[in-house]
Amino acid sequence: MTATLTAATGGRVLRQLRHDPRTLAMLTVLPGLLLGLLYLLWRDVPAPPGQQPVFDRVGLTMLGIFPFVVMFLVTSIAMLRERTSGTLERLLTTPLSRLDLLLGYGAAFGVAAGVQAVVTVTVATTLYDLDVAGSPGLVVLIAVVDAVLGVALGLLASAFARSEFQAVQFMPVVVLPQFFLCGLLVPREQMAGWLQAISDVLPLTYAVEALQEVGASETATATMWRDVAVVAGAALLALALAAATLRRRTS
Amino acid sequence: MDDAVTVRDLVVDRGARRVLPGLTCAVPAGRVTGLLGPSGSGKSTLLRAVVGVQRVRSGEVVVLGRPAGSPALRSRVGYVTQEPSVYADLTVRENLRYFAALYGRGAAAADAAIADVGLRDAAGQLVRDLSGGQRGRVSLASALVGEPELLVLDEPTVGLDPVLRAELWERFAALAAAGTTLIVSSHVMDEARRCDRLLLLREGELLSDSTPEQLRAESGTDDLEESFLHLIRTRQGVAA
Repeated sequence: MTATLTAATGGRVLRQLRHDPRTLAMLTVLPGLLLGLLYLLWRDVPAPPGQQPVFDRVGLTMLGIFPFVVMFLVTSIAMLRERTSGTLERLLTTPLSRLDLLLGYGAAFGVAAGVQAVVTVTVATTLYDLDVAGSPGLVVLIAVVDAVLGVALGLLASAFARSEFQAVQFMPVVVLPQFFLCGLLVPREQMAGWLQAISDVLPLTYAVEALQEVGASETATATMWRDVAVVAGAALLALALAAATLRRRTS
Repeated sequence: MDDAVTVRDLVVDRGARRVLPGLTCAVPAGRVTGLLGPSGSGKSTLLRAVVGVQRVRSGEVVVLGRPAGSPALRSRVGYVTQEPSVYADLTVRENLRYFAALYGRGAAAADAAIADVGLRDAAGQLVRDLSGGQRGRVSLASALVGEPELLVLDEPTVGLDPVLRAELWERFAALAAAGTTLIVSSHVMDEARRCDRLLLLREGELLSDSTPEQLRAESGTDDLEESFLHLIRTRQGVAA
């Protein structure tokens, strides 16, 4: 593994994005627009007695879910393109190591996720009056770590996809169970024990919990830092697994 | 004379099909070796085994003194796939800068490689806007930029006009003269005469390992296409 090759690869992926202005525009603007739809949906619905407004809870959680879903999809397609265009096979004959390649992807899309998160969080807290007790900077941090998790799982999933059709269908397989069980639809305490156990091992659960911590507490809590560490660890684990499953020799 | 590549008893299966049933051959260093044979004869499979991306069943491939695909070989071997394998959504220059970086080389090397394949005027264009022949040259430049000791080229002249084709073969000869070993596959027999050495492959078997002159002398014809047919017929006659 070498830092210069990782940086060269990350720079190359970002340059590819720069030549695709529509994708760039969608990456930066789309989550904010979707969040606006949710804001309008709940604007005139009174908050349940004794609880925070629904949009504050759902909108905050969505700040973690959007980057995860978007980056998962974008990376699994990007990696599949790399495979079908023959560039992956060529890269595997160069001094670039498999981990360099995947870390380069993680870094590039992490940067893109950072831009996306800054725009979305700014729009959410100003235009939509999303109420966050803690620092917006922490929300951005969690969104970026979460996006890198999406990148890592997307890279891992693309190793098992032989076609675009398969790659796209990995999205519901990987993303939806994590979304259902992350505690947004039903609070985790109210889940059946075995569902809670599954929820405990799904990384998105920790990203959502970290966001709720920032939403409720003015200062960064120990739980939040632990959650961020869990998500980052899961992302690194997925990247290592993706590197291990990326075969240099194929038939 | 040393051999840059030696292949011994190489067996490769793709799916249920045995593509190479036990191939043994060698490629001399500092020469242009042509790998010829009809489509489906196992040329690309052999080249992929040499660069170390082909899963092999058994046998041995030694490249520059090391097992094919060794990490130490990756900066010494350049590989150009049959389809241009470069980034269509990057400019020519961006592609070359990236591949140069992977081989530890800078922007000057990238610019030199672009000039080498005659694409200086197209350096700022996106690869997807180029013609098929130009894309192929970007792909070639991306391997040249690493100044490899062994250059493996899979059908590099497909889709090129006669002038470009002739230029490319002159470049191959110049590279060999400077000490580079080249393996160039082709299914166009006419290109055989440009090679120092010829490996003729058919259905995964080595039909002949000779020079263009030897091949012509053996078959008693000046036409290499005829020579190839002559060889096949002789073999079939022996088998029958």
